[in-house]
Amino acid sequence: MATTGAAAVPSGTVTPRWRRRLRPYLLATPAVLLCVGILYPFFVGVAYTVYNFSDANREPSFVGLANFTDILGSDTLWHSARVTVAFAVAATTVETVLGVGVALLLQRSTLLGRLLERLLIVPLMVAPIIAAIMWKLILLPEVGWVRPILAAVGVHGYRGTDGAGAAFFWSVVVDAWLYTPFVAILALAGLRSLPNSPFEAAAVDGANWWLTFRRLTLPMLWPYVLVAVIFRFMDCLKVFDIIYGLTAGGPGDATTTLQINAYLEAITYARYSRGMTFMLILWVVVYAISFVLVRYLGRVQNRAAGISAGPTAGTPDAAPGAPAGAPAGAVAGSGAG
Amino acid sequence: MTEPAAPSEPSTPSAPSGSGASEPAGPTRRDILRLAGVGVGAGALGSAGLAGCGFGSPANNGAKDSAAKKVSGGFDWKKHKGTTLRLLMNKHPYTDALKAHRGEFQDKTGIKLAIDEFPESNYFDKVTLELKSRQGNYDAFMLGAYMVWQYGPPGYLEDLGPWIHNSSATHAEFAPDDFFPNLIKAGQWNFVNGAPLGGKQQWMLPWGFETNTVCYRSDVFAKLGLKPAESFDDLTELARTLKAKAPGAGFDGMYGIAVRGSREWATIHPGFMTMYSREGLKDFKVEGKKLVPTMNSPDAVDFTGRWAKMVRDAGPSGWTSYTWYQASSDLGAGKAAMLFDADTASYFQNTDTPAAGKLAWHPGPKGKGGSLATNMWIWSLAMNSSSKKKPAAWWFLQWATSKEHLLWAATKQQHIDAVRKSVADDSAYKDRLKAVPGFLDTFQAVIDQTKIQFTPQRNFFDATTSWAAALQEIYGGADAKATLDKLAKDLEPRVNG
Repeated sequence: MATTGAAAVPSGTVTPRWRRRLRPYLLATPAVLLCVGILYPFFVGVAYTVYNFSDANREPSFVGLANFTDILGSDTLWHSARVTVAFAVAATTVETVLGVGVALLLQRSTLLGRLLERLLIVPLMVAPIIAAIMWKLILLPEVGWVRPILAAVGVHGYRGTDGAGAAFFWSVVVDAWLYTPFVAILALAGLRSLPNSPFEAAAVDGANWWLTFRRLTLPMLWPYVLVAVIFRFMDCLKVFDIIYGLTAGGPGDATTTLQINAYLEAITYARYSRGMTFMLILWVVVYAISFVLVRYLGRVQNRAAGISAGPTAGTPDAAPGAPAGAPAGAVAGSGAG
Repeated sequence: MTEPAAPSEPSTPSAPSGSGASEPAGPTRRDILRLAGVGVGAGALGSAGLAGCGFGSPANNGAKDSAAKKVSGGFDWKKHKGTTLRLLMNKHPYTDALKAHRGEFQDKTGIKLAIDEFPESNYFDKVTLELKSRQGNYDAFMLGAYMVWQYGPPGYLEDLGPWIHNSSATHAEFAPDDFFPNLIKAGQWNFVNGAPLGGKQQWMLPWGFETNTVCYRSDVFAKLGLKPAESFDDLTELARTLKAKAPGAGFDGMYGIAVRGSREWATIHPGFMTMYSREGLKDFKVEGKKLVPTMNSPDAVDFTGRWAKMVRDAGPSGWTSYTWYQASSDLGAGKAAMLFDADTASYFQNTDTPAAGKLAWHPGPKGKGGSLATNMWIWSLAMNSSSKKKPAAWWFLQWATSKEHLLWAATKQQHIDAVRKSVADDSAYKDRLKAVPGFLDTFQAVIDQTKIQFTPQRNFFDATTSWAAALQEIYGGADAKATLDKLAKDLEPRVNG
């Protein structure tokens, strides 16, 4: 028997209009509360930046943008910004090169390879501050084992992290020790998801390893590598525990990053407003750089997938042999940076 | 990665979709307006919430309204029986002594002690956060004299003056005059930048302290025919000689002198500030109400350059990582021939180390006019102004700093440098230390000139950490005058801000 839609609904179960109107708001409430929970501390921090709030100042007053003008006009900020960027570039480069290299070595699933894969994640299980302290002890010339090893191979005059260059170098080394496995694991996942057919075709055509790597592997792998680069670069810009644990920002201010300055201001010197101003400036820098990098990642993914994505998405020419959609789809979920 | 005081994570623009069909669109004007609206609203909410975060709401710790005034009647140790106090303590031999003796206190008062200990590396961060919260989770805690300059002005500390001077609240044998004058004075300050220590307000009570002297390997000195240095020039020469000759005399890898070098305020206050003060040098001078840095005066530049050179020539490799722990461990391990640091730091190396039984103490070089001006560190006890159990907390503080506990701790435990004259004069205490070569003589030689040599000021930690960073730069080869001029120029607005 044919019935109308209205007749099918028993009249006694009709939801009142006000409840139907209220339902979307009720459903959205948890998300709104979550957003408030996330944003509240952030905006409290932002509010700190326009006061002169510190333990030394019993009656904080509104100072407008004075904290920003003071900090932006100081050598301290620009020096620590240079240190931060230099560290991020150096560490990310080293970790990317080593990580991809390790992934290529472990690409073939052998017994040794599988064993090494498991060992690879060991540094990732170590808290950064623990790694820093561990390395600090290793690097101490009087008690650590670096000096005896160097002396055994004929290198003398090792003085740990005494010099500015040495402190920076060892900070990068510790970061690379900790996070190269992260890059390697991502790259390895990428390598194993690449299709076989282009490589088989290249082998039939007689392409050597270097040509295959340069023209086939690397372009197809690049979206995966780029995800790792973005994650590592963002983390390196925010580096604190590794450098603070290892050198405390010294010698002098040779390894004083923005985060260390913020920590010193907010915790050690109890100048909360200046500390938050440093943090806000760092947030703006990280936000801007991540925005650019994520857009670039989108273009690379589209290019690898052979998709034209409009006037801002780069050229439509796909990477040689790129499988449509494979790398892009594989990393899209984790590409938010 | 865990980072302190970080703002919320940056919200990234939307990621490219899996299909890759289109680029993430930029924010529209409407999006920006919405965001601005959220920002203004949350900012207003945030500002309103600042008070809730402790912003501009100093606790009432003034003497006028002190809870001490409400205590009346005869003094009775059992008056707060049944109360449990929570103490925030640094992991330290003094705390070990307290734990070993707390049964006495609990029996005497009926007050229970719950002690939370944290290692020194993160102890003060914990204290700062606890005080900042104003929750009063801890009733009393350990701190140093310099921390009064940071924790006092925002009202985190209870003024103990009214408690001391109320006979209903303080037992008759407490005897505040029994403390060495410079130690009790170190806890008094009026929070005015540059004002000398002293006055009626008592923000902490001395519990244990360290005076900074030279400890040396007597066997090495004997073998090489050397004597402790009596001037700074002699000390630098002696350190060089030890580094050059000790390894050849059977002390492999031994260097001349260990001092602290890490980039933190604690590098400045022991050996460096002691020798600096003996040379007649000051950190700041007070002009009107302003502090003027003087660590770049010609004499100060000369001294700092010579100190850095001494460390470079005869100190440890990796000096810029050296805290008290590394410096004193090197002495105990037989790597350093001398340590210019806290006398207790070297005292603890005289047990269960390769150097045990071979250490001797000396006041260190004299400065201008034979000065033995010495800087000191005090581990003190203070009351949290937000404590909800202030009377019971005071009962604990007066017991923990009493002659009864301190004499027991000094003779049965490792509470070495006595803060009370009566303990220092006690025969049991003297008998114990007679066996330690030169320790007691050194203590007695410097005690009258041992005091806080820094100028009291609210931004002490910034000034001294920056000073340590400058010292590291000079050690690394930077020009001493240019580095210290820059330090002074940078510091002046900060310490007066």
